[in-house]
Amino acid sequence: MTNNRIMQVQDLKVHFDIQPENSWPWTKPLSLKAVDGVSLDIFEGETLGIVGESGCGKSTLARALIGMLPAREGKVAWLGQDLTQLDKRSMRAKRQELQMIFQDPLASLNPRMNIGDIIAEPLQTFFPNMPKAERKQKVQDMMAKVGLLPNLINRYPHEFSGGQCQRIGIARALILEPKLVICDEPVSALDVSIQAQVINLLMALQKEMGLSLVFIAHDLSVVRHISDRVMVMYLGNAMEVAEANELYTNPQHPYTKALMSAVPIPDPMIERNKTIELLQGDLPSPINPPSGCVFRTRCPQALAKCADYAPALQTLPDAEHQIACHLIGP
Amino acid sequence: MELLKVSNLNVVFDTPDGVVTAVKNLSFSVAAGQTLGIVGESGSGKSQTAFAIMGLLASNGRVSGSVQFAGQELVGMSPQQLNKIRAEQIAMIFQDPMTSLNPYLKVGEQLMEVLTHHKGMDKAAARIHSIRMLEAVKMPEASKRMSMYPHEFSGGMRQRVMIAMALLCDPKLLIADEPTTALDVTVQAQIMTLLDELKSEFDTAIMLITHDLGVVAGVCDAVMVMYAGQTMEYGTTEEIFYQPSHPYTGGLLESVPRLDTQSETLATIAGNPPNLLHLPTGCPFQERCSLTQAVCSKTMPELIQFANSRQRACHAAIEKVGVL
Repeated sequence: MTNNRIMQVQDLKVHFDIQPENSWPWTKPLSLKAVDGVSLDIFEGETLGIVGESGCGKSTLARALIGMLPAREGKVAWLGQDLTQLDKRSMRAKRQELQMIFQDPLASLNPRMNIGDIIAEPLQTFFPNMPKAERKQKVQDMMAKVGLLPNLINRYPHEFSGGQCQRIGIARALILEPKLVICDEPVSALDVSIQAQVINLLMALQKEMGLSLVFIAHDLSVVRHISDRVMVMYLGNAMEVAEANELYTNPQHPYTKALMSAVPIPDPMIERNKTIELLQGDLPSPINPPSGCVFRTRCPQALAKCADYAPALQTLPDAEHQIACHLIGP
Repeated sequence: MELLKVSNLNVVFDTPDGVVTAVKNLSFSVAAGQTLGIVGESGSGKSQTAFAIMGLLASNGRVSGSVQFAGQELVGMSPQQLNKIRAEQIAMIFQDPMTSLNPYLKVGEQLMEVLTHHKGMDKAAARIHSIRMLEAVKMPEASKRMSMYPHEFSGGMRQRVMIAMALLCDPKLLIADEPTTALDVTVQAQIMTLLDELKSEFDTAIMLITHDLGVVAGVCDAVMVMYAGQTMEYGTTEEIFYQPSHPYTGGLLESVPRLDTQSETLATIAGNPPNLLHLPTGCPFQERCSLTQAVCSKTMPELIQFANSRQRACHAAIEKVGVL
């Protein structure tokens, strides 16, 4: 990881228009605030983990970063250029540098294409004039890199297991030698023994190719393992951002603390003797989020001012540790 | 006393591609009030074991062996007799609470149906009892929720409804098949705490099927590790977690990233999960095992009982596994 900032996101908002049930077509649609003002930086060669529960907006944020979803407000500066202002054609050119790995390994591969064609497709799109032999050579090299036998090149996706399909997805994302790869729950559909293989592969490839990764997962243990920095999201907002070790050993935000205490640890003595901070109630609706701090309705330590205005994400004085909470700081 | 005793259970499915053996020679027992965890990866036969016990196998499935519940043999029992035991004495919670509730019926009707059908209660009594049970699973505004449909509930709340429904007839055994896999961690913590409290309140035995070793560590008394339909290792939770004696158990424990530690690389189990259609002769784990010997490809190791409660099926000497 270097201090070279490659992506700078400022106050990004992604809202979806929802037509209320049983309403007239001209009724003003409600706005679902999936991502509501997130700012973050991504540095060259680092892994930024994004964690949160379902519905917190982590996948929406990731898709907005690479222009797969339109941003309502805010800026996504990629190497100094604002991606939200680009037209379709210039955005497409940028996709060579920005790639994505999806959650469901089998569903993200075209069942009618053999895996050689699947992995070669990005090359065909960006380098249509590349000679066939060179393309094939590149595909086979990439297959070897992700741990697939190159003689499997003519097989179809259904002939592979889940872990192998995810390797194919990784090969397809990396064949253009991108700078930033967004991994949206890449291992959550896999069994633990296979999950460990894919995580190790991703970490090795990152080192080898100098990639930056945005790693989205709901499994906090996996995120701790792979990430340099971690951002905790809740209802479309960033709650806490810190260096991974710092966040896991010294969580400050009440939501982060509750989230961490709920993760089961595979050790009977530790697991039975720990105290779990149970959160009451359910996630509020992102159509009508609470006023002020979005977490206040479930926060065990909410103050009166938490309902009045939202806390800003502020940096703690002694560490690379940002937090949005009224309990901490001024 | 043994509440459930499964011996030499086999489950096979006739498929167009051939006969698939999902569960092979499985034997275990659950005592009254005990929590048994069954862990294994997808395709290890843990859910099919539960379905075989409950008589809920798909139509192309065949069971052989014996399942004794409180002295009664369940294998080969008529559906009418089974219906008396299901829900009244053995209840089951499924992984996905949305697909196991009827979307057309109000939650209250689904709960009351169990009581009017099995206990012969009238509607008024069933209603009171159902509300009381919803309150027991900490459902806020229970009486109001009775007239709501499943889609109006969140995932965690739906799973509470399922648990309440399973406990209505005060069963002696609760089979929970991945009860928290579809839920977020904070909700999972709520549900597991609830199950633990209910267990001590109603003194129910629980058979918990899961792939999450952390969940097992928290609530189980004993653990059975399955691979390709067979038991690889069985023991108390402490034995399994602190002194795993089977290479597969050891590999499984090491490949789980832990929240409380930071490590450079994760240990992995090489290779891919087995294809149940083409299992090798001998031990099904041989291709992925670090301690494979010549004998492993010839015969399946027997499940051997050790001095403590541990059972293990492996050809490698127990000292060799390195964790003992």
